[in-house]
Amino acid sequence: MTDGIRVFVPADTTALSLGADAVAAALRREAADRGDAIKLVRNGSRGLYWLEPLVEVEVDGQRLGYGPVGPNDVAGLLDAGLLGGADHALALGPTESIPWLANQSRLTFARVGITDPLSIDDYRAHDGFRGLERAASMTPEEIVAEVTESGLRGRGGAAFPTGIKWNTVLQTEAGQKYVACNADEGDSGTFADRMIMESDPYVLIEGMAIAGLATDATMGYIYIRAEYPLAIRVMREAIERAEAAGLLGENVLDSGRDFRMEVREAAGAYICGEETSMLESLEGKRGMIRFRPPLPAIKGLFGAPTVVNNVISLATVPIILDKGAQYYRDYGSGRSRGTLTVQLAGNIKRGGLVEIGFGRPLRELLYDFGGGSATGRPIRAVQAGGPLAAYVPSSQFDTPLDYEEFAAIGAMIGHGGLVVFDDTVDMGEQARFAMEFCAIESCGKCTPCRVGAVRGVEVIDKIRNGENEALNLELLRDLCDTMVSGSLCALGGMAPFPVISVLDHFPEDLGALAAARRSEEYPG
Amino acid sequence: MTEPDRQTRQTIREIAESGASQAGALLPILHSIQDELGYIPEAAVPIVAEVLNLSRAEVHGVVSFYHLFRTNSPGKQTLYVCRAEACQSMGSRDLERHARERLGIDYHETTADGRFSLEPIYCLGNCACSPAVMIDEDVYGRVTPERLDELLG
Repeated sequence: MTDGIRVFVPADTTALSLGADAVAAALRREAADRGDAIKLVRNGSRGLYWLEPLVEVEVDGQRLGYGPVGPNDVAGLLDAGLLGGADHALALGPTESIPWLANQSRLTFARVGITDPLSIDDYRAHDGFRGLERAASMTPEEIVAEVTESGLRGRGGAAFPTGIKWNTVLQTEAGQKYVACNADEGDSGTFADRMIMESDPYVLIEGMAIAGLATDATMGYIYIRAEYPLAIRVMREAIERAEAAGLLGENVLDSGRDFRMEVREAAGAYICGEETSMLESLEGKRGMIRFRPPLPAIKGLFGAPTVVNNVISLATVPIILDKGAQYYRDYGSGRSRGTLTVQLAGNIKRGGLVEIGFGRPLRELLYDFGGGSATGRPIRAVQAGGPLAAYVPSSQFDTPLDYEEFAAIGAMIGHGGLVVFDDTVDMGEQARFAMEFCAIESCGKCTPCRVGAVRGVEVIDKIRNGENEALNLELLRDLCDTMVSGSLCALGGMAPFPVISVLDHFPEDLGALAAARRSEEYPG
Repeated sequence: MTEPDRQTRQTIREIAESGASQAGALLPILHSIQDELGYIPEAAVPIVAEVLNLSRAEVHGVVSFYHLFRTNSPGKQTLYVCRAEACQSMGSRDLERHARERLGIDYHETTADGRFSLEPIYCLGNCACSPAVMIDEDVYGRVTPERLDELLG
């Protein structure tokens, strides 16, 4: 290549949040000063977030990693011979051989961090659009059968079989059908959707187009949370480029079917991650949840049959169509087939994105991949599956990551986020926050959620103040039961789960004992 | 607060009219107004309602439902502090306290000199490098109180 040695500096939100732009600027400047010809590529992140900004240099066709690199390290790296792949205190060797990455099975994330996110040529050169090409030559029934056969279940949280949902949309007669991608990734500890959109946007476009071909839907909306401004910009640009390249629009890849796409920006309401609220919001209304039935697959967006899927579910479809259902099925355990995109978050030493087959124990993720807590203290609790899910105590860390195994201990995998807490955490405060968050985010349609969450905060405050402890603990359990049984959707119906898990596994953090301990720690 | 002038009303009308033909037009129009003016003035409600043939109550209901639509003029910059669990596990409660003390304001308020508004936010998707804050559209990771002071200048 005449235009210099390729150097990669990631440009996803997390890399940028740690100063990747300053590193890129320093590289340009220092290389120019030295008369070194480099071609700087702003790739996505591979998700080894504890190593970001992770600079890579391509030597003899192999990418060598250096990280974490600060702008002040750049001159020294170049002096040491970065462009020839020289050794250095920050050198990590071939990136693909870093055990944290080498021990993963990257299927959905096959290209993430490797390619230039917006380059269609790069995407094609890395097996892009092969799934869509195959789908274009298949009937809708054949595509749906392939997805059903793969065992793919919704990665947004509810784990409903994707193929069965698609089949319902396909079988429902209508003049207009839609694909609505839920990219309102609101759970704390999750960032897999954001990574796909920022680092490999065409895989989502490809997955949505396949969903369109499979169900006769001709229009797709991606509902992206406003908290992700970069993902919104990248997806909009990618859709424009895909349209210009003839990959979207009329007669997609000569399939005889049309498919168009548009990004819609959310506006900061957690409830809009619930599928019926999202549909209301897409229609330009308050994000109030709808009664079900009718299912969105039968009567969804603007009253039309609608495929509603999470980003990861849709982004996994291309590789299933490309390599076949059996290839994907071969990963996983029990009824949880394929790979899970685990997001290691919170108080964790080596945080980031780990894509592995289902069935590995939670402990392996926390310690072998994660390296324990960031603070070096013992891990006391892990909130798996988002703010509406249980806190898992260390006695349950041997539970395999599998939808059914997690359900059996009253926990859930949800969207795959693992938020780690060390032993300084006050679980009473975490229980209170679960109710507080529900009160802030409730859409207000049903009473158990709207009123229950406010009462939940109040009664937890009383317990924490040592008022009528026994009675209020009983009241709290009753309230949780009412919310679980009586709420219309998962917000009110699941917000009690973290609270119940604190009552069951961390009772010493609620009530008089905890109150006495706190007043000792903070006298006055 | 002063009422928007004639020119601003005209801008709002133009934004509403140019976006009216799309399906589910209200949210995109409200975003465009906020992008243009920095907030959604009270006076926008009847204009948008008229253009979209909705009631004022419907438009007001949508504006007030979503946390990120604001009805007051914000500071020159907005500091969003993440309050969600991953950031809590890495000390965001202390960071929140520090932000409030340092700026001398609470959430949803603006400093007297108009430089900063302070808003809570629930997850920026930067959870492997907590705690996180966002200033306008720039996200920062592993933010200590000292780092926050640097960022606020």
